[in-house]
Amino acid sequence: MATFFGEVLSVYSRAVEEDEYDDMTNENEEDEQIRREIEEKRSVHVHWLSQTDGGSVPCSDLIIAVGPNATGFISAYVLSSGGWTAVGWVSLWNERSHGSGRPDTAPGPGEPSCILYQQKNSPSVLICQCSCYVAEDQLFQWTEKVFGCVQTRDLTVTVLSDCSAAEYKTPDYLSGSSVPFLRSLRTGAHKGPVACPPLEQPNISTGLAAAVLSHCQVQRIAAVLYQCYSDVLQPDSLTMQTYRAAVSAVLKLDQNPSADVLQKITRVSELQTAFTCEAERNTKLTGGAAPVETGYTNWRRHSSFPDAGNDVRMPSSWSCVPSSPNRFEVPI
Amino acid sequence: MFISSGDVVPSFKGFTLIMPAVSVGNVGQLAVDLLISTLNMPRVGYFHTDCLIPMVGNNPYATATEDAAQLSTSAEVFSHSDLKLAVLQIRTPIIQTKVRSFRKLMVSWIKSSGFLRSVLLSSSHAYQRDDQQLHGTPLRFLLTPSLQTEEGQRVEELGWRELERISAFPGISDSEQRLYIPGGGVTKALYTDCCAEDIPMAVVLIFCSEGDNIPDAFALINHLNDWLHLLEKPTQGSVQWRVPPSWRLLFGSGIPPLLF
Repeated sequence: MATFFGEVLSVYSRAVEEDEYDDMTNENEEDEQIRREIEEKRSVHVHWLSQTDGGSVPCSDLIIAVGPNATGFISAYVLSSGGWTAVGWVSLWNERSHGSGRPDTAPGPGEPSCILYQQKNSPSVLICQCSCYVAEDQLFQWTEKVFGCVQTRDLTVTVLSDCSAAEYKTPDYLSGSSVPFLRSLRTGAHKGPVACPPLEQPNISTGLAAAVLSHCQVQRIAAVLYQCYSDVLQPDSLTMQTYRAAVSAVLKLDQNPSADVLQKITRVSELQTAFTCEAERNTKLTGGAAPVETGYTNWRRHSSFPDAGNDVRMPSSWSCVPSSPNRFEVPI
Repeated sequence: MFISSGDVVPSFKGFTLIMPAVSVGNVGQLAVDLLISTLNMPRVGYFHTDCLIPMVGNNPYATATEDAAQLSTSAEVFSHSDLKLAVLQIRTPIIQTKVRSFRKLMVSWIKSSGFLRSVLLSSSHAYQRDDQQLHGTPLRFLLTPSLQTEEGQRVEELGWRELERISAFPGISDSEQRLYIPGGGVTKALYTDCCAEDIPMAVVLIFCSEGDNIPDAFALINHLNDWLHLLEKPTQGSVQWRVPPSWRLLFGSGIPPLLF
């Protein structure tokens, strides 16, 4: 459906049409064959890079990161320190995948992927960094397959997930200074401490995080979900920092995140704001007026966050700050 | 598949099962919420299946802060042993391509659990009613042949109206009469399955439109209560149903104070 402003939205109606179901009952053998083939094509597989003896991998802690900020956090704060090796990956195909079939080679760097990492000095700690889209009909299978290959006895699962602050329902008005923030959900088997307040009703979680938590609840595996609500669409360093408290209980984290990695993560959003940035730079080069006031206001506002700047040192050459909603920008 | 949340697998032999169809306005689901919340029914298990879109949240029926942080999933089973009542709550839509396996799963679970009878709470598009359906009450019922013999007379005494069959070609007098439940989701297909499998099942539905469907949920659950007497009806007025706390903020968050 196209809205008044022209964006195309996928419309979801609660009223499911019954006639569609009727059609499905009248399908013939050929339809069934096609359905089976699609199902096969959309199936989820876990590949191990090293030879495993077919049994499940011993695991005490499994961290699953879903969403741009959560996966960005894992890249910048955890994996960048070294000490982690990629041990496996999950292959799947759906309508948002590149290419026409399920990939049979390990994903390259920067590609949307779902990779399993193992800590070198403590091999029972696994991280699953999922930056690819997992479709609704694949979520259940994803959890079955991934949990099928790790040992679930004495396992603690930590799920990091992203969410837009617009989806957070609260009787009080959510002011700009209170975001980003974390909320947690945990399974009945999880008895340990939780780093943030529980998610209040009527808020819910969906997607891969929900699939993992449902699986853990039903199978009585200790699991906790940290859902970060952010008002920035692109990944940014301040939102990523909120996960520190959650993950530091499981892992020893670097004091300083890798600036190189952060730069890479924000590059995508940077391209989108490049036009604004370019315009500002031109103003400077031609000896025009100082960068647009809003840019600096933005800078100051974000510097006033209590945590900002403590971890990431901003060099003076980063003066080109566009008046975009990004809290963290790097030079082109 | 049903997975018990406790160590003991509950027995549903001789129980009545009440479940919603995910249908227009989510009326069945809202009505089931009222029932679970009012009867304070404990959760006895989950319906863990790949046919439903996953979802998690904290306890939607929390009465105090102590029980607020209890995880709930997309489909859960609640039970009340005194009333011999089991309630399945479904909180997410069925994945389009898995409707058929969902129906199979439901039918086999109902059969294997030994329920005395099952009730499917549903709804249908009000705007699709034909001339005869526009008159009188918006509430309708359907009974499978095996339940018709037991409860047929009872519902007749209550003055309930059976869902009218609709002509496949309106205006042609001897055209085929068929069952038509637009917006009812899996209702018709599940009813047909239960007829074929000889399962005693009733469909109780209401004609409604999308919007604030809370009044429809109250109408539907009060109607069901007239038949099953789950809660004692006071001599004056209607049953005091307890609205669960998860119904708060149905129309969004608080208003920014700077607006005023």
